[in-house]
Amino acid sequence: MIAVENLSLEIHGQPILRDVSFDLRAGEVFGLVGESGSGKSMTALALMRLLPHGSRLTGRATIDGADLTALSEPEMCALRGNRIGMIFQEPMTALNPVQTIGAQVAETLRLHCGTPRAKARARAAEVLARVGLPAERFGLDRYPHQLSGGQRQRVCIAMAIALRPALLIADEPTTALDVTTQAQILDLLKRLVAEDSMALMLITHDLAVVAGMADRLAVMQKGEIVETGPTGAVLAEMRHPYTRDLFEASGHRPDPGPAPQEAPLLELQGVTRDYPDARHGLFRRSAPFRAVSEVSFTLRRGESLGLVGESGCGKSTLTRAILGLEEVQGGEIRLDGERVAAGQHMPAHMRRKMQVVFQDPYGSFNPRWRVGRLVAEPFHLTGRPANAEARVTEALEAVGLRARDAQKYIHEFSGGQRQRIAIARALITRPELIVLDEAVSALDVRVRAQILDLLAELRARLGLSYLFISHDLGVVRAITDRVLVMRAGRIVERGATEAVFAHPQHPYTQELIAAAPVLPADWPQGRTGDAGALV
Amino acid sequence: MRWPAQMILGAALTALFLAVALLSLLWVPQDVAALNIAAKLQPPSPAHPLGTDHFGRDMLSMLMVGARSSIAVALVAVGIGLAAGVPLGLLAAARHGGWIDELVMRGNDLIFAFPALVIAILITAVLGPSALNAILAIGIFNIPVFARVTRGAALSLWTLDYILAARVAGKGALRISVEHIAPNILNLLIVQGTIQFSLGILAEAGLSYVGLGAQPPTPSWGRMLAEAQTMIYTAPRLALLPGLAIVALVLGLNLLGDGLRDLLDPRLRRRSA
Repeated sequence: MIAVENLSLEIHGQPILRDVSFDLRAGEVFGLVGESGSGKSMTALALMRLLPHGSRLTGRATIDGADLTALSEPEMCALRGNRIGMIFQEPMTALNPVQTIGAQVAETLRLHCGTPRAKARARAAEVLARVGLPAERFGLDRYPHQLSGGQRQRVCIAMAIALRPALLIADEPTTALDVTTQAQILDLLKRLVAEDSMALMLITHDLAVVAGMADRLAVMQKGEIVETGPTGAVLAEMRHPYTRDLFEASGHRPDPGPAPQEAPLLELQGVTRDYPDARHGLFRRSAPFRAVSEVSFTLRRGESLGLVGESGCGKSTLTRAILGLEEVQGGEIRLDGERVAAGQHMPAHMRRKMQVVFQDPYGSFNPRWRVGRLVAEPFHLTGRPANAEARVTEALEAVGLRARDAQKYIHEFSGGQRQRIAIARALITRPELIVLDEAVSALDVRVRAQILDLLAELRARLGLSYLFISHDLGVVRAITDRVLVMRAGRIVERGATEAVFAHPQHPYTQELIAAAPVLPADWPQGRTGDAGALV
Repeated sequence: MRWPAQMILGAALTALFLAVALLSLLWVPQDVAALNIAAKLQPPSPAHPLGTDHFGRDMLSMLMVGARSSIAVALVAVGIGLAAGVPLGLLAAARHGGWIDELVMRGNDLIFAFPALVIAILITAVLGPSALNAILAIGIFNIPVFARVTRGAALSLWTLDYILAARVAGKGALRISVEHIAPNILNLLIVQGTIQFSLGILAEAGLSYVGLGAQPPTPSWGRMLAEAQTMIYTAPRLALLPGLAIVALVLGLNLLGDGLRDLLDPRLRRRSA
C-alpha cells in the first residue's frame, strides 16, 4: 500500500540516502533502526518532502497510487497531516506554546476538511479522548505548558491521527520521555495502529523498543538499509554484522572492576535542598519546593554507585550539591572526611578529589579553546605543574586519544570523542571520585559501549570511584556495584545492583523495571550469555 | 562562506566615510574656518566640486570635516557604552538574582526612562554645549544597551555545562566571565556595536541640529542641516548634501550590522544556508 522503491537523496551533492526500499502495510508497525547520522530521520523527511534546500530526491514512494516524489508542493500540503501524519521526538517544541491544545488539534481538521469551528472543536475533543486526554480531565482550553511531557506527546499524536491517516511516521517518539511514560505512549501507538489499521513507521535508535513494537524492521547504516525483514527473523538470525554489533552494544556490560574497599569516600547525611517558590506579589511567597529530601548514603572508596530516577526526581540537584555548586538547606556532605561547604568557597585540595563529566558532549566545552587548554583547565585547582603538557598527553592517551589532539578545537571531534575528552579533563587532577551525570545518555549504543569499557578500565587501573547518575536502567545495571533509586527527592530503594534489579522491593522500582523495554533473551538464536539481558 | 551583497555595500559605504574622515585629518580641499562671503552659494564647479555654502565655504570640505566629528562622537560613545556596559552586564549575569543584578538592571531602567535628548539638554544645561557633552550624553545611553545585551547572552551561557565544569575546576565568577563568557559573546557585541554606531551618528546629527553638539566653527552634519533649513527653497543643495551623507552612512552601518549578524549568528546562518 505504501511502497518505497530505490529512494536516494543528495544534499548539496552529498549522498545521504542510497537505494532505500521498503513497504509499509496497513495495521502494521515498521521499525527503522540506526545510529545518529544513519539517515533514518532523513528517510521520514523525504517521505514528507520536508527536505532542506539543495536536496535532490530520486526513486519512487507511492501512497494510494500517487508518487510522493513527483507531487507538487500544494499537493503535498494536502497530503501532509491528512494521509500522512508525523510525530517528533521533542513534544516540548512540537506544540505552539500560545495556542490551546484544542485549537491545535482542531486546526488540522479545519485546514484539511474545512470543518466549521464548532464541529472541529467537538471532533478535537473526541480525538483527544482517544489518545487518553478526555475533555473532562484535560480541557480543550489547556495550554501546552500545563501538561507533562507524556501528555504533550499525546496531543502531538492526536494532531497526527485526527484525520485517520494511512501512514503515521513517529521519529523517536519516546526518546525524550521517562521509561514509564515511554511504555504508555508505545501502548497507545500500538492500540491506534490496530484500531485505525494505519501503517506506523517507528524510527528509533533503541533496538529494545523496536523488538517490542515492530512487526517488521529495517536496520539502516550510512544511508542504506543493510538488513530488513520480520522483526523476529531479523533479530533471531542477524545476518548483517552491523545488526549484530548494535545488538551486542545495546546489552554490553564491561568487566566488573575490583571489589571496593570498606573506607567511605563520600558520605551524605540527611541532605535537603529547597528552592524558594515563585513570588506571589511583593512580599508573599508560597512554601519552598523541596527538590531533595533527607538523602543519606555512603559511597565507598573504589565503588561504582548508581543513582537512578526519572526526570525531575532531584538527581541533578543532588549532583550539584555534592559538587559544592549549590547550597543545601539541611544535612551534611563529607568528602574523604572533610565537610563540603556547599554553595560557598570550597578549598582547592578538596575540589581536586572530585571531578565531573556531564551529559551533553556539545555543551561541555568552550568552543573557542583548544583541547589542550580545555583538558588542562582543572589545573587551576592545583597550580599548573611543570610537566603540564606531559600530563595532558597522559590524560588524552588514557582515554584513547592522541597527544596531537591537544592542538585541535572541540568541533573537530564526534560526540563519543568529546565524551572521552570530558573524561580526560576529569582525570587531569588525578581525582578519587568522578561524578558521571548522564555521561553516556546522549551517545549511540556502540559508542556508549566503548565509553563504558573505558570507564571500567580506568576505574580498575586508577582505583577511581564513580557516582553514576542516569535514567537509563540498562546502563546503570551494566556499570555499578550498588544502586540507589530516587523518586520525588527521596531515595526509595537501595542495595546491590543485581539484587535490586532481580528482586525490586519498592513498588516504584518494580514499575520502572517493568516499564523498561527488553530485548528477548533468546535472541540471537543459538547464542547464550547475557547479551540480551538489557535490564 | 558567501558574503551577502547587502553587507558588501554596507561595508563599502562605511569604509568610504571612514576613509574620508581620516583623510580630513591630513588634507581638505579648503579651510573650513575661512569665510568668503563673495563666493557664497556657488553651484558646483571644478574649484568647488559640491559648490559653496552661504558663507562661501567649500561644501566638500565641510562634509569631510563633518564626517570626522560625527564618526568621532559616535565611535567614542560606543566605546563608552562597551567599556561600562559590558562589565556591568557580565557582573549582573554572574550575580544573577542577587542584589547587584537588581541594582544594575534597575539602574539601566532608570537611564532608559529618559530620552537621550533630555539627558543631553540636562548635561548641556550643567556643562554648556560642546561635542564632548554630546559624546557623554550618547555614551551614557549606550551603557544600558550593552549591559542588557551582555547580561542576556551571558545568562544563557552560564547554564552551559562548560561553565559548570569551570566552576568544578574551582574558577571564580570573575575568571569565568573573562575566560569563558566574554569571548563567546564577542560576536553579539560586534553586531550590537555596529548598530549602536549608526544610532550614534543619528543622535549626534540630532543633537548638533538643535545646537547641543559641536559648536561653530567646527562643521557638523546636523548643524549644516539646521543652517540650511532657512534656505531650503533658494539653495536646496545645502540641506540635501549633509542629509544624504547622514542617510548613506547610517544605511551603510545598518546593512553592515545586519550582514554581520547573519554571518555570526548560527541560528540565522543555518536558515540562509
